[in-house]
Amino acid sequence: MEFLYYFGDVFTPISFGLLLLGTIGGLILGATPGLSPTMAVALLIPFTFHLAPVQGLILLGAAYTSTVAGGAVSAILLKIPGAPANIATTLDGHTMAKQGKGAQALQLSFLASAVGGVIGVLLLIFLTPVLAQWALAFGPSHLFWLAILGVTVIGSLDSASVVKGLLSGCIGLWLATIGFDDIMGAQRFIFHPALGGGINIIAALIGLFAIPQVLTMFAKGRNAANAEVIDVEKHSIMDAVRELLRRPKALSIGTITGSVIGLIPGVGGQIAGLVAYDQTKKFSSEREKFGKGHSEGVIAAESANNAMVGPSLVPLLTLSIPGSPTAAVLLGGLLIHGIFPGTDLFDNHPDVAWTFINSMLIGQVLMCLFGLYVAGLAARVAQVPQSVMAAVVLGLAVFGSYSVQSSMGDVYVMATLGVMMYFLERFGFSAAPLVLGLILGPIAEANFIQGSMIAGATDGMASYFLTGALNIVLIAIVIASIAYSVWMELRSRRYTSKEEIMA
Amino acid sequence: MSYVSLPRVQHIVASGFIAAVGMWVAWVSYTQQPAEAFLFPRLISTVFVVLAVWTFVKAILGWTKVGHGVSRRDFVWLLPGLIIALIYIFWAAKAVGFYTAGTIAFFMLLSFYDPAPHGEAKTWIKRVTITAGFLAVMYGLFAMLLKVYTPREIFF
Repeated sequence: MEFLYYFGDVFTPISFGLLLLGTIGGLILGATPGLSPTMAVALLIPFTFHLAPVQGLILLGAAYTSTVAGGAVSAILLKIPGAPANIATTLDGHTMAKQGKGAQALQLSFLASAVGGVIGVLLLIFLTPVLAQWALAFGPSHLFWLAILGVTVIGSLDSASVVKGLLSGCIGLWLATIGFDDIMGAQRFIFHPALGGGINIIAALIGLFAIPQVLTMFAKGRNAANAEVIDVEKHSIMDAVRELLRRPKALSIGTITGSVIGLIPGVGGQIAGLVAYDQTKKFSSEREKFGKGHSEGVIAAESANNAMVGPSLVPLLTLSIPGSPTAAVLLGGLLIHGIFPGTDLFDNHPDVAWTFINSMLIGQVLMCLFGLYVAGLAARVAQVPQSVMAAVVLGLAVFGSYSVQSSMGDVYVMATLGVMMYFLERFGFSAAPLVLGLILGPIAEANFIQGSMIAGATDGMASYFLTGALNIVLIAIVIASIAYSVWMELRSRRYTSKEEIMA
Repeated sequence: MSYVSLPRVQHIVASGFIAAVGMWVAWVSYTQQPAEAFLFPRLISTVFVVLAVWTFVKAILGWTKVGHGVSRRDFVWLLPGLIIALIYIFWAAKAVGFYTAGTIAFFMLLSFYDPAPHGEAKTWIKRVTITAGFLAVMYGLFAMLLKVYTPREIFF
């Protein structure tokens, strides 16, 4: 119950102000199609660089939580999911809005998000310290395999093509080696003076997540076709609460599915929402109503995608393995403040860890309260023309990446990686494993080198890295995640695609 | 003569480029000294080359199923924005001044991609107002709040 001790720290004026700012800003950003939660968090990182670690993390955590929930606004009112996690919400949410039940759909989505989110964060609170203590048993070989596991799991599960996902991870691992070697001081792959200090994580995150979105908006041309916003009529909040309580099955299936999927690194909110929707439909006595504006569809999808947020941070805060692309960006946010996940975080920085986690718990409640009020505004913001959005995001990306070290080299790295990622995405590569490789690369290398030194003095490399129960379990998980993804790829898509839903 | 589609040619070029990068990384890793500094790069470059060559061979055989490439229409619309952005980032920001270059680039991008009719005065007033708002927010946020010193050069 250590977390209770740090509860008051969330309510200091600056921390609470940042929590409010992150929540309200995140709701609006989340509702804006084209601005994914990952990109929103990446663009916010330069600002957190100028804040205390705990304040920076509160802002990022609030933005993460509320962008996922905010995405429901445009999903319901515009039939455009604000984020991939809200795809399942469009199925019944938009139909409800068209039937004049937009306010009820929004209220249910925020209430279900809050319930799912609170349970997800409670899971984070109670599981994280246990796993962090367990991580104490990890030696260099285990930490090396864990870093590789992080890259391969996201590379294989988060990508449409397993080979391209793993290749993206390899590119990220290679990019992480650019610069001076830590032990020998040797220059590695420095083919431009801007790379002398290695690749700055923040500049890379901004480039990899923001620039491809900007270029995608450019490629759409002069897009005048703004989606029509469905007007929201008044609806009693108490009626929405009663409706939610009348649907315990949808709420519990959504919350449990989201929590379990959140714990699996790399799977993400999109899958959580769709699986929860599918399972709720299977177990519902009114399954024929699904897709025709049924409240259970909204409740299941939204409780699942927010229940996923807390558990997705469990592997991140204990083992440095992010559960989602946005969690990977959060890991970058932790590392730039010199904070390493695992026991170090809970032993040496408990104030940072627990205040951050507590802020996410309170953030769920704030998100529900404000979500109901800013939904209308957020839907209007979602109509901002793409020409404005692209220019603003480009400006923020340039200024943000420069501001970290006042270095034009970082801006060049940001732009080069961003343009490269745009074209890579066109050919089926994914940014998430590349980012994971870039972030986990130094951890993997440091432990690989340390492990090889130990191996040299003991039984040799093969014995040190490939034997022992924990090594074998980790290697088995790496192989299993790749094998499962290959099997899924061969079996074609199991879940409803975004294109099928939007059709 | 068999017809080779544009996406397939693009896949071959893209995966060929990645394979070439992978081979360069492997070559540097295995030839540069001290060898201890390149131990980890050797490990990852080996996997990198295997996966990249696999992807390249699949592209040549036409087995690539993921990724649609870049259509001509997309490329035509993308190119002006990309050129403006690259000139802004790689030359103007440092040569002209960060805020001036940022404002000009913002205005150009906004005007080019805005679907509103170019002949109306109202449209231009709106664009200038939005650009002025952008400059004010950026200056307030970065220069005044975060105290970031940016390259000034000719202007500011």
